[in-house]
Amino acid sequence: MKAFADLLERLAFTPGRNAKLALLERFFHEVPDPDRGYALAVLTGGLETGQAKPALLRALVAERVDAELFAMSYDFVGDLAETIALIWPARGPERDVPLTEVVEGLARAGKAEVPGLMARWLDALGPSERLALIKLVTGGLRVGISARLALTGLARIGTVPVEEIGELWAGFTPPYAPLFAWLEGGPRPEITARAPFRPVMLSTPLTEPDLATLDPADFAAEWKWDGIRVQAVAEGGTARLYTRTGEDISAAFPEITAGLRFDGALDGELLVRRGEEVAPFADLQKRLGRKAPGKAMLASHPAALRLYDILIWQGEDLRPLPWSQRRPRLEAAVATLDPARFDASPRLAFADWEALAALRADPPAAVIEGVMLKRLESAYVAGRPRGPWFKWKREPMVVDAVILYAQRGHGKRSGFYSDFTFGLWDGDRLVPVGKAYSGFTDEELGKLDRFVRAHTIDRFGPVRSLKPALVVEVAFEGLNRSPRHKSGVAMRFPRISRIRWDKPAEEADRLTALTDILDGAGA
Amino acid sequence: MPMPADATRLLTLRPEGLYCPEGDFHIDPTRPVARALITHGHADHARAGHGAVLASAQTLDIMAIRYGEGFAGTRQVAEGTVTLGGVEVRFHPAGHVLGSCQIEVRAGGVNAVVSGDYSRVPNPACAPFEPVPCDLFVTEATFALPVFHHPPPGEEIARLLASVQAFPERAHLIGAYALGKAQRVIMLLRQAGHDAPIYIHGALQRLCDYHLEQGIPLGDLRPATMDKAEAKALRGAVVIAPPSAFASPWVQRFADPVIAFASGWMQIRARARQRGVELPLVISDHVDWPDLTRTLRELNPGEFWITHGRDDALMRWADLEQRRAKPLHLVGYEDEVE
Repeated sequence: MKAFADLLERLAFTPGRNAKLALLERFFHEVPDPDRGYALAVLTGGLETGQAKPALLRALVAERVDAELFAMSYDFVGDLAETIALIWPARGPERDVPLTEVVEGLARAGKAEVPGLMARWLDALGPSERLALIKLVTGGLRVGISARLALTGLARIGTVPVEEIGELWAGFTPPYAPLFAWLEGGPRPEITARAPFRPVMLSTPLTEPDLATLDPADFAAEWKWDGIRVQAVAEGGTARLYTRTGEDISAAFPEITAGLRFDGALDGELLVRRGEEVAPFADLQKRLGRKAPGKAMLASHPAALRLYDILIWQGEDLRPLPWSQRRPRLEAAVATLDPARFDASPRLAFADWEALAALRADPPAAVIEGVMLKRLESAYVAGRPRGPWFKWKREPMVVDAVILYAQRGHGKRSGFYSDFTFGLWDGDRLVPVGKAYSGFTDEELGKLDRFVRAHTIDRFGPVRSLKPALVVEVAFEGLNRSPRHKSGVAMRFPRISRIRWDKPAEEADRLTALTDILDGAGA
Repeated sequence: MPMPADATRLLTLRPEGLYCPEGDFHIDPTRPVARALITHGHADHARAGHGAVLASAQTLDIMAIRYGEGFAGTRQVAEGTVTLGGVEVRFHPAGHVLGSCQIEVRAGGVNAVVSGDYSRVPNPACAPFEPVPCDLFVTEATFALPVFHHPPPGEEIARLLASVQAFPERAHLIGAYALGKAQRVIMLLRQAGHDAPIYIHGALQRLCDYHLEQGIPLGDLRPATMDKAEAKALRGAVVIAPPSAFASPWVQRFADPVIAFASGWMQIRARARQRGVELPLVISDHVDWPDLTRTLRELNPGEFWITHGRDDALMRWADLEQRRAKPLHLVGYEDEVE
C-alpha cells in the first residue's frame, strides 16, 4: 500500500505527462505481483469499489476523536477522506498492509465485516496510505490519469507496443499476472477476449496548400462530427462500446450497448441526437460525466451512433479491404440496425476542391467541425498514418480579448506566467470568458511573463490580477452556453493565436461577439 | 502544588507583547521596547530597534546578520542565571532553529516558561528541546489541530532522494525558509548520505555561512546564481531557495525543475496545490499535535497560555483534559513562516 499511496500522491501533484509516465513505469517495474496488478486495476477503473460509505468512516472516526476537534479539523482541511486519514489516531507500530490484502479482503468480506476490517487497516497504516485506502473503498479515488495513460506507462516496462496491449486488454482480469509476464519477456498470452478493442485509425490535419497535390477523384468526403470517436464491438454475445483509446464506456451508454445486435466491430461518432437533430457537444459532455446515467438523463439526452467504418463483420476481418469496398459493407450492416440509434455518416458529393471548400464553409449543422477526406483505396490501419485520411477543419473562430489574470506554469514553464484568463467587454466591465495556456512561442512567453510582472495590480494566492492593458487574439473551435461561467459562455479549445501588443484594451471585442454566435446558431 | 495565581502574576499582556512587570522586560515584543528578551531569530519574534536585548549568543549573531550590528542599543548574551529587577531569568534550548531558546522566569518560588516556537523532533542543525518543569507554560499552537502528525523527517528526505533518482535529468528546487528550515533540510540530506554539492539561492548564503562557522557541517554548498547555460548543468542537483524566489524570474533559469517545498503545512494537500508544488515535503520546525499535547501532559503546568496559532482546538483539548488554559491572541506572529 505504501508504494501505491506514494504513486497516487506523486501522480496527483505531477502536472507533466512524461513525468507521470516515468512514475508509472517505475512503479510497475518495482512493485511485485499481485500488488502491481491490483494497482493497475485501480488506475484503469477496473476494480469494484464503494464497499464502505463515507458515513461508515465518519462513524468509525467518531468513536476515536472528539466531535468538536474533528469539526475544526475538517473545516481546515476541507476534504473528508483526507481529514479522516490525517486525524486517525496511530496505534502501535505501522504495518504496510499490501494492496492485495485490501482488495481480496473486501471481496471476501460480508457487509457486517467491513467496519472491522477498515478499522484494523486504518490502525496499521500511515496517513498517506490511509488516504489511499479511504479513497479506494469509498470509490472517491480520482487518480488524475486516464486508463490509456496507465497502460502507456505499463508498456514501458517491456517492448510490447501499447496498441498491442490495448488489443488484448479486455481479455485480462485483475491482477493480470499473464499480462505482466508477457510484457517482461514471457510468451504472448493466448487470450480470446470477448469483443476486444481494435486499434483505431486516425487522420492528419490538412492545410490549403496540401490540396494542390491531391486529386479529388482519389477521395471520398464525409462530415467531421463533433462528438467522440468510438468503436462498437459485438462478438459471441458480448457487446462493448470503447473510446478511441480503448476505454470501455459500455455502462455509460446502455441504450447504445443494448442496440449492438450484430457480430462485428464498427467505427463511428458518438453523439446526442434528438430525432434528426444532432445536439451540441455540451449535451454529450453531460452524458460523459455520468458512469451510470439515470432514466431522466437517458430520456433528455439520448445517445446515437453515426457510423464511419466497418472493421470486422461476422468473423471476417475487413480492415485490409480498400475504403471503397468497406463502405458498401458498412451501409449493408447499418441497414440491419435500429435507425433511431444508428446511421451511416453520409458521403458528400463534390466535383472538385472548390465545391468541397464551399460545403466546409457552410455546413448544415453547427455540430459539424469540418470535413474528412478518405482515400478510396485506403485500408483500415492502426495509428495516424499521413496520407490516407485527412481532416479539414473549419477555420477557427477568433475574438480579441483582454488578459485579466495570470498564473505560473509548471515543468518547462516553471517560473513563467503562462496560464491566462482573458475577458471581453460587457458594458464598461470586462467579463472573464476563458483560459488559454498555449499558442505562443518561447520568446513570446518571456515577453508575456515580463508583461505580467510589470502590470500586476493584485495577488490572490498564486494568481495575479492584471491591469487590463494587453489584447490577445483568441482562436477557438466552438461555443457552448454555460451557466457555470459568469459570462454564460464556454469556449472549446481556446488558444492564443496572436498577441496584439499594438491594440488598446478598449478596442477588444464585446461579449456580444460570442452571444451573437450562439443566438445565430440557435443553440 | 504551588498556586497557579502565583505564577500567572509573573507575566502579563501589553500591546507590545508579553511583559514581565517584576523584571520590567518584554519577551519577543512585536514593537520596539526598552528591554527585550528574544527566544529566537525569526523576524516575527526578533525585531530591530529595541533599547536592550538579552538573547542567546547565536540569536544575537543572527539578529546582527539580518539587521546589521546596530539592531539594538545594547545587547547581552544569556548565560546561566540573569537577575533582572525582582526576577531570575534562564534560557533553555527550544529545538526550533539555531540559537532558539525557551525563557524561564522565576520569582517567589514559582516559575513561568515562555517556549517561543519549539520542536521535539531531533534537529541536526540545533540543540534539542529541554523540558523545564514549570507552573505556567506559554506555548505556540501553530500546528494545533489533530490532523497534524508530521512524519519522521528522514522519511520525507528519502522521498526527495527517490525523486532525484527517478528524475535524474531535472533539478530539484526546494523552497525552505532562510533561517532554520534551509539548514535543517541540508543536514537531513547529509545524514541520508547525499554528499553531492547542494546549490543555494543567494538569500541563504550568509545564514548558511554562519551555521558553518558554528560547527554545523552543512558540507559542500555552492551558489545557485548562475546564468541559464550554467543552470543546465544542475540537472539532477538539489537546489534550495527561499519560497519567495519561486515567484521571481530566478526560477526561469532551470529547465523543467521539480518544485518541492519543505513545510509542516505541506501535510494538507490543498496547501500544496495552492503553492503549485510538485513534491510536498512535510518537514516542520514546530511541534505537531501529538508532540504538543505530549509536552503539555509531560510538563503538567498549573496553567498554560497559548500565544498564537490554532488556540481554539487546543482550548478544546484543555477542556477535555480538564487543564487550565488561556488564549492570548497575540498578533504579529506569522504561522505562515514555516
